[in-house]
Amino acid sequence: MAADGALAKPGQGTAPLIEAHGLAAGYPGGAGIHDVDFRITAGEIVTVIGPNGSGKSTLIKALIGVLRPGAGTIRRSPGLRIGYVPQTLEIGPALPMTVERFLSLPRGPGRAERAAALARVGAEGLEGRQMSRLSGGQFQRVLLARAILSRPQMLILDEPTKGLDQPGIAAFYRLLEQVRAETGCAVLLVSHDLHVVMGASDRVICMNGHVCCEGAPDAVADAPAYRALFGDAAAGALALYRHEHDHSHHHDHDHDHGHDHDHHGDGPAHDCGQNHGPARPVGGPSE
Amino acid sequence: MMLYDFLLRAALAGVGVALAAGPLGCFVLWRRLAYFGDATAHASILGVALALAMSLPIALGSLVAALTLGLGVVLLGRGEQNSDTSLGVISYSALALGLVTASLAGGNRIDLSAYLFGDILAVGQGDLVTILLGAVAVLALLAWRWEGLLLSTLNPDLAAASGISPRRESLILTLALALVVAVAIKVVGALLIGAMLILPAAAARSFARTPEAMAAIAAAIGALSAVAGLAASFWLDTPAGPSIVTASTVIYVISRLAPKGGTARG
Repeated sequence: MAADGALAKPGQGTAPLIEAHGLAAGYPGGAGIHDVDFRITAGEIVTVIGPNGSGKSTLIKALIGVLRPGAGTIRRSPGLRIGYVPQTLEIGPALPMTVERFLSLPRGPGRAERAAALARVGAEGLEGRQMSRLSGGQFQRVLLARAILSRPQMLILDEPTKGLDQPGIAAFYRLLEQVRAETGCAVLLVSHDLHVVMGASDRVICMNGHVCCEGAPDAVADAPAYRALFGDAAAGALALYRHEHDHSHHHDHDHDHGHDHDHHGDGPAHDCGQNHGPARPVGGPSE
Repeated sequence: MMLYDFLLRAALAGVGVALAAGPLGCFVLWRRLAYFGDATAHASILGVALALAMSLPIALGSLVAALTLGLGVVLLGRGEQNSDTSLGVISYSALALGLVTASLAGGNRIDLSAYLFGDILAVGQGDLVTILLGAVAVLALLAWRWEGLLLSTLNPDLAAASGISPRRESLILTLALALVVAVAIKVVGALLIGAMLILPAAAARSFARTPEAMAAIAAAIGALSAVAGLAASFWLDTPAGPSIVTASTVIYVISRLAPKGGTARG
């Protein structure tokens, strides 16, 4: 695909979209973070993982400006457009809300643009549906559609795969990769799943109040800090959702993942070898 | 003629309050603020008592009291969705304090029952102007901030990411609520203002597919209730405020029994 060829590789040397130094932040009821250095550049996919209460969401809130940092600096590139997908969005039964209306909040784009955004995330034709009646996967796709409608230079997604089943997660990650390829926007992803991160991640940041370790997915999986945080049992357990074209290269990790779950039983029964590896969504387009 | 005049004023006052209370009531439902609305209305009784004692305009007294409570809760607490406990304490304390204050300040001269239960048939020319201006102000406020209010109701972080301050939207809702309380107290009374907010909005839910439709239908149901309640009150010789609320209740029950389209609660 032409878009793939045009895709700018994550820019070493290009100016960061967001850069933070010595960041400390916290809020009542939320996990605090301290001494966090962070940067993300155009087109980069960065995954933040960490245990509950490690401050992943706090970092996100500070980066998008919802939360004022207690210390440190955050620099956003001038006029930065961020598309944000929050961790939870409950639309109660008291609030009628069609997909179409949700997409146009606040004061949004026209009908054609909304339809195009839905089509891009594989949710075409949902305009007239009530948000409260969407399936988990449809709901996340609609959230993503709203986020890309502002033509963001950067997407920030806080645990977007929560509540999705394995094929759903794989399909969603694949979709994110396509959106990145088509629009060139950077993607910052928070994942609650310590063992499985999006294979297309250029960088994984492992957090526990501060940045424990950081680097290419494979490097983080082998890092002592990652093992210390998640226990020796997790060694080599950082599996990657990826597609066929880069599958063989990382075959060992995929294999380890299934093996690992077999041993300490924290994975559901269907989480065995054949379900990851080439994380091909059921019924997804082939490459 | 006299009869025509006071009925017309009552109808206009009732419809005016209902047109503002309907859309605002939708936010009260969406944000689960029913208790907050009650607390604001109860606080206004204290304001009325103080205004009567000091010979100040009633609407001003109730507005200031409602606004003070609302802003106090939003600014000092954790937003307007405070715990039931703290809101309950504030709500009933303000109501009781208002009744005690009225008694201490004026003895038997001050009768608060008109403000507890409403006295729509006594709405005068000046009252009517105040009520209609207040209603227009509330509607203008809601229309102006609509998108921001809606988005911060859905998710405060999402609003903040779009450059909208959820806190500012909270304050604007509080202001709108205080305005509605101030103008509705003469119409249905402090004890039933909450009903003017909640019942039309709840009835509108069954018929609406979008937030805007729900707000518009709630306003229409409220206005219909005001007219129907007044008519019932006239023919059956029942108290006007409670009759208006009863009319809303009837419409609500009908809305729940009506066959559901694709819009029923999912």
